[in-house]
Amino acid sequence: MTRDLICIGCPLGCMMKVSVDGDNVTVTGNTCIRGEQYGKKEVLSPRRIVTSTVEVDDGKIPRVSVKTKTDIPKDKIFQCMEEIHRVKIHAPVEIGDIIIPDCAGTGVPVIATKAVKKAG
Amino acid sequence: MVQHDIIIIGGGPAGLAAALAAREAGIQDILILERDEILGGILNQCIHNGFGLHTFKEELTGPEYAARYIKRVMEEKIPYKLNTIVINISKDKEVTAINREDGLVTMKAKAVILAMGCRERPRGALNIPGYRPAGIYSAGTAQRLMNIEGCQVGKEVVILGSGDIGLIMARRMTLEGAKVKVVAELMPYSGGLKRNIAQCLDDYGIPLKLSHTVVNIEGKKRVTGVTIAQVDENRKPIPGTEEYYSCDTLLLSVGLIPENELTKGAGIGINPVTSGPNVDNCLETELEGVFACGNVLHVHDLVDYVSEEAALAGQNAAEYVKKEESRGREEDTVSHKVTLSARDGVRYTVPQTLDLDRVKDTTIVRFRVADVYKGRSIAVYFDGQLVEKRKKRILAPGEMEQILLKKEMLQKYPDLKKIEVCTEVE
Amino acid sequence: MKEFDYDVAVIGGGVIGCSTARELSRYDMKICLLEKEEDVCSGTSKANSAIVHAGYDAENGSWKARFNVEGNLMMEELSKELDFEFKRNGSMVLCFSEDDMGSLKCLYEKGVKNGVQGLSIISGDEARKMEPNLSEEVVAALYAPTGGIVCPFGLTIAMAENACENGVDFIMNTKVENIEKLEEGYALETSRGKITARFAVNAAGVYSDVFHNMVSEKKIHITPRRGDYCLLDKEAGDHVKNTIFQLPGKYGKGILVAPTVHGNLLIGPTAIDIEDKEATATTAEGLAETIAKSAISVKNIPLRQTITSFAGLRAHEDSDDFIIGEPEDAKGFFDAAGIESPGLSAAPAIGKYLGEMIGTRAGAPKKEDFKAKRKGFIRLNQLSYEERAKLIKERPDYGVIICRCEEISEGEIVDAIRRPLGAVSMDGIKRRVRAGMGRCQAGFCTPKTMEILARERNIPMEKVCKNSEGSELLVTAEQGEE
Repeated sequence: MTRDLICIGCPLGCMMKVSVDGDNVTVTGNTCIRGEQYGKKEVLSPRRIVTSTVEVDDGKIPRVSVKTKTDIPKDKIFQCMEEIHRVKIHAPVEIGDIIIPDCAGTGVPVIATKAVKKAG
Repeated sequence: MVQHDIIIIGGGPAGLAAALAAREAGIQDILILERDEILGGILNQCIHNGFGLHTFKEELTGPEYAARYIKRVMEEKIPYKLNTIVINISKDKEVTAINREDGLVTMKAKAVILAMGCRERPRGALNIPGYRPAGIYSAGTAQRLMNIEGCQVGKEVVILGSGDIGLIMARRMTLEGAKVKVVAELMPYSGGLKRNIAQCLDDYGIPLKLSHTVVNIEGKKRVTGVTIAQVDENRKPIPGTEEYYSCDTLLLSVGLIPENELTKGAGIGINPVTSGPNVDNCLETELEGVFACGNVLHVHDLVDYVSEEAALAGQNAAEYVKKEESRGREEDTVSHKVTLSARDGVRYTVPQTLDLDRVKDTTIVRFRVADVYKGRSIAVYFDGQLVEKRKKRILAPGEMEQILLKKEMLQKYPDLKKIEVCTEVE
Repeated sequence: MKEFDYDVAVIGGGVIGCSTARELSRYDMKICLLEKEEDVCSGTSKANSAIVHAGYDAENGSWKARFNVEGNLMMEELSKELDFEFKRNGSMVLCFSEDDMGSLKCLYEKGVKNGVQGLSIISGDEARKMEPNLSEEVVAALYAPTGGIVCPFGLTIAMAENACENGVDFIMNTKVENIEKLEEGYALETSRGKITARFAVNAAGVYSDVFHNMVSEKKIHITPRRGDYCLLDKEAGDHVKNTIFQLPGKYGKGILVAPTVHGNLLIGPTAIDIEDKEATATTAEGLAETIAKSAISVKNIPLRQTITSFAGLRAHEDSDDFIIGEPEDAKGFFDAAGIESPGLSAAPAIGKYLGEMIGTRAGAPKKEDFKAKRKGFIRLNQLSYEERAKLIKERPDYGVIICRCEEISEGEIVDAIRRPLGAVSMDGIKRRVRAGMGRCQAGFCTPKTMEILARERNIPMEKVCKNSEGSELLVTAEQGEE
């Protein structure tokens, strides 16, 4: 089986061919190692980083942006979003603060990507 | 009148990087003027990942990328004013700004760095017919409402334009529970990055209709639906291809325009293709001591390149200030200016001129192409003589390209007058 | 004597209704104005050419001729009294062929008979000398130095605010659904209950036939005549200085090219007869026609600088003239119907005429404490740096710029909301102080303006509307705790 993929590893967007032959996966068309890794992952178990925002109480701004610390399985994205929607946190928040320790059972935490000071 | 060595207009990625570079080059008296309530500019609302691979070798979100620069600006104690809008720049580099605390003040700068960014093209620029109800947003406005204010802008969405903000918003709204029905793109190719089509549209099964546009907007109070149609090679809708989509929201991601009203006010020449000022290799505009960088100069697709470009503007502004201080600018040395011009599929170059006496080891020339080209080469001519040719698998208008001009290469042509950058078919 | 809720009820908060209400408020009477939308100036008055015509177009002896010329004469003083933007920029009617010289002369003679001052016929070269961007094809032009431009929102809102200050009750979001003729006076059945009034004024724009026909057997018929316009950036604003018309045809005055009082360039309108009285959608054909025909008059219009396009409806009556005054079979009911161009120019004069007529009929005394003057909005970007600095010291929110393109401060937006008859919608703010009216078309300022409106009116963001209810900018979250 061969799949055409656009690499999402960086903005170059290399157009790659990924061939799967049993356990053997070969990637061509990539220009860096990141592309090869992405190509393999994408055909075996596709993963994505999820970003969103979370409501902040008593913060200088009403919301803080967040992301999954690493990529999570693609099929867990919406479950992850549901958990993010349910959370509300208190200021202050620092970049990297853990918002959800284990998101959608993936073992991956959701962390803050912005600092929010306390209001006032 | 208050004086500063360098006044930087805009505290987004360009302004911040320019400030840091100028400080590194030894300028103490710098002032950043930012119109929003926080530094970081548009990055604050770009909460998605994908920033900084080039600069930091890791993948950051917009706020994280901004935070790295903001932290350094804080450490360097570079002064800045927030909620401050510049309303005028004079030919003498007097900058007039307004804010709540200081009121209206005019300051004199030895050098000015323009880093005001860009704005989105509104619906009117496309003359999309139909009603004018609530629910029509430019993609960036919707992005701000969602990501900064935490508002829901719509439930059923059609997006016109496949620029990066439009693609990112298609995914963002989908994740927030909205149904994005279609992304229509007037051109036969997307204006956004390929990877955004993959991870924002394909991942969620959102159809992208190339060579399509919105031909009608319905809804007297709030949008109730839009009609899209296929367009011919002249971008005119083809009768009979209309398709109606019921929706409550239309997002427009139909292009960005550098915000150069202040630049024009200072009498600085604007390039009709980039809509940014004409600059030389020092990123100095036609008005001496005024530099430009980032999206106000030309619209970028990668913030990493904005930072890089802005650092160059910051360094050169610093050099300019120091030179002014030591002996004033001597006009006796006639500068050796070379024009850069774009042709045959290359739409523009930045810079537009080179000052051979001021070239650094490497000059980056950035440009965009006019159409999607497969298997063409980028060629560079010095006074008609081919000096470089590089084959490219694919060239697309949505992706900025660059060539590097080495100093030693330029030195081989002491009488050089004109550099041309073009595409060539094999 | 029978008790009425009001002495006079004015139906419609457009320029005619507001002008009439203001003139009526000179008298000691109880007056209300009923408007179906959330704000005044929400129908025909908000989307038109913004022109104060000199008055040479209308037929001699017509209402249009009379009120146009009178209104034009009143406009300058009124603009000072009520502090709205008006400029006498002059106008030209272009003639492109020697064969049409006869029509141009006819227009000149009509103008002279209508009492228009200062008219002259000039050669093509003279016209081009005044307006270098005019087409080379122009052979002659009728020049009218008294032609002017006005801000239609400014004019309407100024009159409304002044009427409000002089005691007129403005009842918004209230649609008149039926009118019942009483033995004396009228009962207006509205979407929010019944209102009785001794006199009624029909200033309902494209709906004025509906109301007229409810009380009179002498039926009238209004056709909404749609016009599509394009508005260009201020950078294009000095492309022409005068208002440039083409020799008029059957459907009005053709496509014009004109500067606006705020420095933009306006082209349009088309003239397309339609049925739907709310159908203000532009069409591709309409916009294309606007663009194509404007190019006949003026060269090199920088269309790339278009910032918005819109359509307005004129209330065209079959008789081709305004219908002003009392129908024979409906005493106490006063029409101001069929008000199409030159309605904006004529508005002050129509209001004065109807005001005096009703005031006299009612036998009401003139108020001694009538406040004729109104102070307009503070517009910081039109002041000197010194004045601006001083104002920001007094009111720091004048130093917080919200709309970058038009340089409109938070203070000005707050003023728009807090003034008598203040803005309750985003459009209301836009029409009062121009926030969101500039080249980015509210891209940057929408979130901030929404916040200010929500804060000042003490409503959640989700309730902020573009105009009337149903035009909410946000949607409410479907599920979840948000």
